[in-house]
Amino acid sequence: MTAWHFFVQHRAEILSATLDHMGLVLIAMLIAIAISVPLGMFIVYHKSLRTLALGTASILQTIPSLALFGFLIPIPFIGGIGKRTAIVALVLYALLPILRNTYVGLTTIDPAILESAEAMGMTRRQIMFRVRFPLALSVILAGIRTATILTIGVATIAAAIGAGGLGSFIFRGVALVNDALLLAGAIPAALLAILADFLLGRLERRLKVT
Amino acid sequence: MTKLDTNSQLNFIEFRGVSFRVDGLTNREIVSGVNLTIPHGKTLVLLGRSGSGKTTLLKLINGMLIPTEGEVLVQQRSTRQWDLIRLRRTIGYVIQEAGLFPHFTVAQNVALVPTLENWPRERIDARVNELLQLVGMAPKEFAHRRPRELSGGQRQRVGVARALAADPPILLMDEPFGALDPVTRAELQREFRSLARRLEKTIVFVTHDLREALFLASEIVLMQSSRVVASAPASEFLKLPHPEVASFAASLALGAGEPA
Repeated sequence: MTAWHFFVQHRAEILSATLDHMGLVLIAMLIAIAISVPLGMFIVYHKSLRTLALGTASILQTIPSLALFGFLIPIPFIGGIGKRTAIVALVLYALLPILRNTYVGLTTIDPAILESAEAMGMTRRQIMFRVRFPLALSVILAGIRTATILTIGVATIAAAIGAGGLGSFIFRGVALVNDALLLAGAIPAALLAILADFLLGRLERRLKVT
Repeated sequence: MTKLDTNSQLNFIEFRGVSFRVDGLTNREIVSGVNLTIPHGKTLVLLGRSGSGKTTLLKLINGMLIPTEGEVLVQQRSTRQWDLIRLRRTIGYVIQEAGLFPHFTVAQNVALVPTLENWPRERIDARVNELLQLVGMAPKEFAHRRPRELSGGQRQRVGVARALAADPPILLMDEPFGALDPVTRAELQREFRSLARRLEKTIVFVTHDLREALFLASEIVLMQSSRVVASAPASEFLKLPHPEVASFAASLALGAGEPA
């Protein structure tokens, strides 16, 4: 049986796994953004926390993804088998690119702009929300884009702890040495990544202020 | 108090034994033992070479920097006592390259301080129109442009309009025309001089260009290695016996073109 026949026959399953996958990625990304962007703003003015936050996020990123899923299983509340654990792991992975880009974007503003903002009597908060943030937006979005593509890939591994998604095809394909099954997981995942890259890239260019 | 009293003779700036030092490897004083009174309604030019401390002196006025010794008084109140946000909103500030917000339109840039002060919309719009006309930019044509769509000279005009928006009694200008080509610079200097005379603001203007200082100033204060070394009305400045005055005068003798 060719891969194409397999695709046609199992299109409903593939579609539902793709939607599952997108759901995992979307939830993880929303949580990661909700943590990283405010944290990135916070560490602009709080030096002591800056090294800790950026360092922790970097270390999290170095843990091999399969191992990270494994580490989380025995942890109470966030651990166990299933989607919840997978989302926690995906969030931890997505933190660094977003946090780093947020921090870098907010702190590489033309000093003349920040100087005049301060001299005009803007408060720190006004400078953050009306000057730094809008000017950093495209850099922050570039971080979100990197993190999204990363998460789409890592989320395939989440199937190993029973979170479903496109990874379930891949794992079964590997176990049964079945190329069609493997491709049924890998191709939609790759297409998702390309699509996300394209759409977020367009948004990023639109938000860029020159 | 929401605003400096423009009509009051108390409305001046005074430096009393001011020094400013940055803790660091060198621990050098950037400004050292400065005593200076700036009367109301005058254009005072701080002249000096790069690194002589002029910009630091300017930033001590609006509390961007606080003296390590001595006091800077604005309307007889030390910058240590001022609510710095209030103080800065009553002092206009123009820098080289204008420092306009690239994500704001020209109108939004000019409206910045009035917007921060929550003026009503109609009043802001009227003020923006008035100011753009004042600096020679047709509001219809320019109000909705972004800073990147303007020439250097136009950006600097918008910078001046933005600084004047809330009608501050004091205007601080840090080499505002330094990055412009000589022709545009001369044009803006001429316009600014007539503007300054009409507006009756207390203006502190930083430059390293003696020609510009002589043209704009009512009073010139010369700085050298962190200190004020000479000061005189513009008309008498060149007669001062100080050697640094002679050095600057020699730069004039080189004739036209870029300042030394």
